[in-house]
Amino acid sequence: MRDELNKNLAQMLKGGVIMDVSTPEQAVIAEKAGACAVMALERIPADIRAVGGVSRMSDPKMIRSIQETVSIPIMAKARIGHFVEAQILQAIEIDYIDESEVLSPADDVFHIDKKQFKVPFVCGAKDLGEALRRIQEGASMIRTKGEPGTGDIVQAVRHMRKIQGEMRMLTSMSKDELYNAAKVLAVPFELVEYVAKHGKLPVVNFAAGGVATPADAALMMQLGAEGVFVGSGIFKSGDPAKRAAAIVQAVTNYEDAKLLADISADLGEAMVGINEQEIELMMSERGK
Amino acid sequence: MKIGVLALQGAFLEHIEMLRKLGVETVEIRQKGDLVDFDGIVLPGGESTAMGKLLRDLELFAPLQEALRGGTPCLGTCAGLILMSKRFEDSEWRHLDLLDVTVRRHGFGRQIGSFATTAEFAGESVPMVFIRGPYITEVGENVEVLAKVEEKIVAVRQGNLLGVAFHPELTEDFVVHRYFLGMR
Repeated sequence: MRDELNKNLAQMLKGGVIMDVSTPEQAVIAEKAGACAVMALERIPADIRAVGGVSRMSDPKMIRSIQETVSIPIMAKARIGHFVEAQILQAIEIDYIDESEVLSPADDVFHIDKKQFKVPFVCGAKDLGEALRRIQEGASMIRTKGEPGTGDIVQAVRHMRKIQGEMRMLTSMSKDELYNAAKVLAVPFELVEYVAKHGKLPVVNFAAGGVATPADAALMMQLGAEGVFVGSGIFKSGDPAKRAAAIVQAVTNYEDAKLLADISADLGEAMVGINEQEIELMMSERGK
Repeated sequence: MKIGVLALQGAFLEHIEMLRKLGVETVEIRQKGDLVDFDGIVLPGGESTAMGKLLRDLELFAPLQEALRGGTPCLGTCAGLILMSKRFEDSEWRHLDLLDVTVRRHGFGRQIGSFATTAEFAGESVPMVFIRGPYITEVGENVEVLAKVEEKIVAVRQGNLLGVAFHPELTEDFVVHRYFLGMR
């Protein structure tokens, strides 16, 4: 039952934008701009890259200050495999835990056994195998990994196309081929069978990692995302409130190019960003 | 019969699927031009602040308010109920300002407080799913209470407006949607 209720919350987030915030003031800007949830974290991914070092769960005091400020759901990140950080986040009644490759992994083999928790988890994936393994472990929402903190959409596009393409392949397979697909993907047959039958994941699937403009957000929606996470793209830009509101509108009307042209105009400077060839740390390689 | 489903954010596809199974034609309302003369309008679950902001940015607010004031039947679930309501315990928010009730948003708590139960709705037993759900603390004299859970009001009707705090669209039960379609 808990599992269903947690998937249900993700359904309520669909068609929405989840924004990274590091202060209550930023959370208010995000809520007013129309965010459907916020991710509370001390340093947004672009700053994690810039500062380096080990990055961990945020200070619960900082997360609480955001919980007290806004009424939309609050998410927070735990390190991959760090089930005690997750226990702490559950204890402060977080609405969603992101077991995230943005933070330094705490375990290089095991992910958190998410079925032991009452609160829901979202996890990153760059292909269908990763997505279904996270769902098997108890994730009730999936997002593409993309490459956080870069402002470069190429990785999120690659991951979304990969996941969608692999799902389309499953829908055309015969049963004996599906048995083999489960083996190749290293996931349970029941999940493969679900995807083959429905052509989609059994949980909500968002895009994340590199979204910086309304056009980026609309691109991910047209590629099949059910909503979008924006991390550094908003608060590393020239006019966060305006850009945030424009991205929210782009996710609702992602197929209307004329409207996208209007809301893309005069947004001020986008985050500078960093190309994938220039990156030293590939966060998306964490946790498979 | 043609029902418009507000499709700005949230669980609108679930309502569309539900109505499709009942053999009803639906149209997604994403911008001003989509809002035509419908036989009914659904305001789905999702985040009320996000939908409220989009209603204004997309200039849907005034025409939608006008349609509902004009008597178009409307089903609001969870965030949809909040959009219709006049008063809130915890904020000065002004949304569509139509349903004469006071709502406590997230009355049942954060996600850890989300739950499912079965209770009577207008005399019929109905499965109810509450996701960070609100409840109603006060109703005006023209408002009929249709359901209560844990002594709290979770479904009301005022003329053409049907507001429920739970999510019938997340279940296989058609009682609430049938009731709504019968309001014409």
